[in-house]
Amino acid sequence: MSDKPAAPASAPSRASMKKELPEHFRGYKHVWVLIEIERGTIHPVSFELLGAGRKLADSLGVELAAAILGAPGETMREAAKEAFAYGADLAYLVEDETLADYRNEPYSKAMTQLVNAHKPEILLLGATTLGRDLAGSVATTLLTGLTADCTELAVDADGSLAATRPTFGGSLLCTIYTLNYRPQMATVRPRVMPMPPRVEGREGRIISFKPDLDEDQILTKILKYVPDRDSAKSNLAYADVVVSGGLGLQSLENFQLVRNLASVLGAEFGGSRPLVQKGWITSDRQIGQTGKTIRPKLYIAAGISGAIQHRVGVEGADCIVAINTDKDAPIFDFAHIGIVTDAIRLLPALTEAFRKRLSPHSRDRLAG
Amino acid sequence: MHILVCIKQVPDSAQIRINPVTQTIMRQGVPTIINPYDLFSLEEALRLRDQFGGEVTVLTMGPPMASDSLRKALAIGADRAVLLTDRFFAGSDTLATSFALTQAIVKISETFGAPDIVFTGKQTIDGDTAQVGPGIAKRLDLLQLTYVAKIVECDPDKREIIVERRSEGGVHVLKTKLPCLITMLEGSNEVRRGAMKDALRAARAEIVTWSAKDAGIADMTKCGLKGSPTVVKKVFAPPPRSERAFFVPTADVASQEAENLITTLFERQPALEQDLTTTAAGF
Ligand SMILES: Cc1cc2nc3c(=O)[nH]c(=O)nc-3n(C[C@H](O)[C@H](O)[C@H](O)COP(=O)(O)OP(=O)(O)OC[C@H]3O[C@@H](n4cnc5c(N)ncnc54)[C@H](O)[C@@H]3O)c2cc1C
Ligand SMILES: Nc1ncnc2c1ncn2[C@@H]1O[C@H](COP(=O)(O)O)[C@@H](O)[C@H]1O
Repeated sequence: MSDKPAAPASAPSRASMKKELPEHFRGYKHVWVLIEIERGTIHPVSFELLGAGRKLADSLGVELAAAILGAPGETMREAAKEAFAYGADLAYLVEDETLADYRNEPYSKAMTQLVNAHKPEILLLGATTLGRDLAGSVATTLLTGLTADCTELAVDADGSLAATRPTFGGSLLCTIYTLNYRPQMATVRPRVMPMPPRVEGREGRIISFKPDLDEDQILTKILKYVPDRDSAKSNLAYADVVVSGGLGLQSLENFQLVRNLASVLGAEFGGSRPLVQKGWITSDRQIGQTGKTIRPKLYIAAGISGAIQHRVGVEGADCIVAINTDKDAPIFDFAHIGIVTDAIRLLPALTEAFRKRLSPHSRDRLAG
Repeated sequence: MHILVCIKQVPDSAQIRINPVTQTIMRQGVPTIINPYDLFSLEEALRLRDQFGGEVTVLTMGPPMASDSLRKALAIGADRAVLLTDRFFAGSDTLATSFALTQAIVKISETFGAPDIVFTGKQTIDGDTAQVGPGIAKRLDLLQLTYVAKIVECDPDKREIIVERRSEGGVHVLKTKLPCLITMLEGSNEVRRGAMKDALRAARAEIVTWSAKDAGIADMTKCGLKGSPTVVKKVFAPPPRSERAFFVPTADVASQEAENLITTLFERQPALEQDLTTTAAGF
């Protein structure tokens, strides 16, 4: 078993941009998704990727596999069951004590060994602190292509992975191929892909894989894990309702109006990037290309112009409501409902109106 | 200690404009800056040098004008700057970039001593991949610590380092051995302004400039477009949504406006009323 590239980089001429997949890569088949587990919990991005991977596998007519790494135990079987429920046909269980918590060394070794042994055509990972850390190491070891932070994945006519991502700070999109190397690797940020339906009881095959790892040879040790306090953690990415504000609010005091509305709606609050730079909100509440991608049922944006970098982070919302004084603000090009008015004036009234409308009293009326 | 920091000169992309006719980037006249994420790594490198003594070398791969960024880094306090520049590098993807930078780091080790720590930025604002750091680490067989929020302890004699690394749900305190590669999280420190003496030194400093050959790169097929497994097939502007927003009528009094908005919202999204009632009740 090796964690070296399957074949030395033969460095074929690639300037022609034609597909000439070398013989030794032709056997690479199937679509894989890395299942990301931190402290026993699967990151939802893994399910989103299974949804995206399912579509790729179906258009290629191949199988969808979940790659699950961790310490031996019940969690691994549970994770496999979940992966099947979200669309995987099979799961590779890579069990070893060294894989209990994420560390780059053992994970990149195990993942590379698994790839070399079972040869996937496509390998998808979440663009998280774990996925990005791991993907870069694995792709470099295998000397293959890796496209980061994709917003769209598709299979083109000749069966290649077409990975689309923002480029130049989000002003443009580009489609990237890895024509002559395998696997074709890509990362996708949480919430960029929709959550696929969960089918309880859907079954799949389990393939166990024993990686060649030795704790004594791993130099990085985990001294401690400090989980974020729940109160400190924003659930922005996965919230159903998000209210956010931008520079149009003009002051930190006025930003409180956004928080008030959010609190009445039971929503999370966020903002555009300049607010982070001003220190009005913490960076984990920034929405957009370099912040969080969100997919709420309702997104209310107050005093946000709708720059492309903001837009790419919110486009997955079911309903976008924009409040802006400028009728030509770009946000009205992608919002579903807009109102051209002063947010500082409207927000308190809106908060009050929602409070009345959603109060228990009116809820009784709704039920009756 | 010898500490190496990879910095990249990037367009200040807030100001990038797209030619509406040709849909291409208008690069002319766009000011360039040091990739902002790299500054946190540079600052951390300078702090370690100030604490333990030694030198900070900054390295960039780019066109000749990337020397501007190196000079800025010298003015902030770096001791030495190396520019890797060659037309063979044009069109490099992250794999080819990490190859070229690795070769330069090997050459730097031979010429000025091996670095104990290599820093890169968390990611760039133009490439935005966060892949070059891990790529360099893998190629040089360095232990890799990305998304570091804090260097807790560094012991150059015992060759040990302890850091806090951010993960999705918390912070891992990790202990590892030098040499290693670190990427710092934004906001993990406050980047210094640079002293007057450094500014003066920077203006006069010689920037070590190497071509691919100077850096000992024999195999050009690993560089530039040729050495890049990924191929950019298409660059395009995001398609507009087919329709603009539905505009809610405004009113003289805010409360009326709020009513208008809520009415429109629930008319167009009937399911939302029940959803909102449920979420609001949860609070
Ligand atoms: C590499 C890069 C990455 C970036 N990433 C992100 C990102 O992740 N997220 C992000 O948000 N931005 C990001 N940006 C910044 C982005 O380009 C914009 O600069 C930013 O989104 C603008 O924020 P804003 O809409 O709050 O401010 P502005 O663009 O200044 O807009 C303020 C808006 O408020 C309106 N307004 C003014 N007064 C009122 C009022 N009283 N009531 C209602 N409306 C009012 C104005 O008409 C205007 O439309 C990024 C930029 C770069 C270069
Ligand atoms: N051309 C380059 N020259 C020097 N360092 C680079 C270059 N490209 C990337 N890097 C380093 O790698 C980091 C990550 O870049 P990226 O993978 O493009 O997001 C950057 O923050 C830099 O520290």
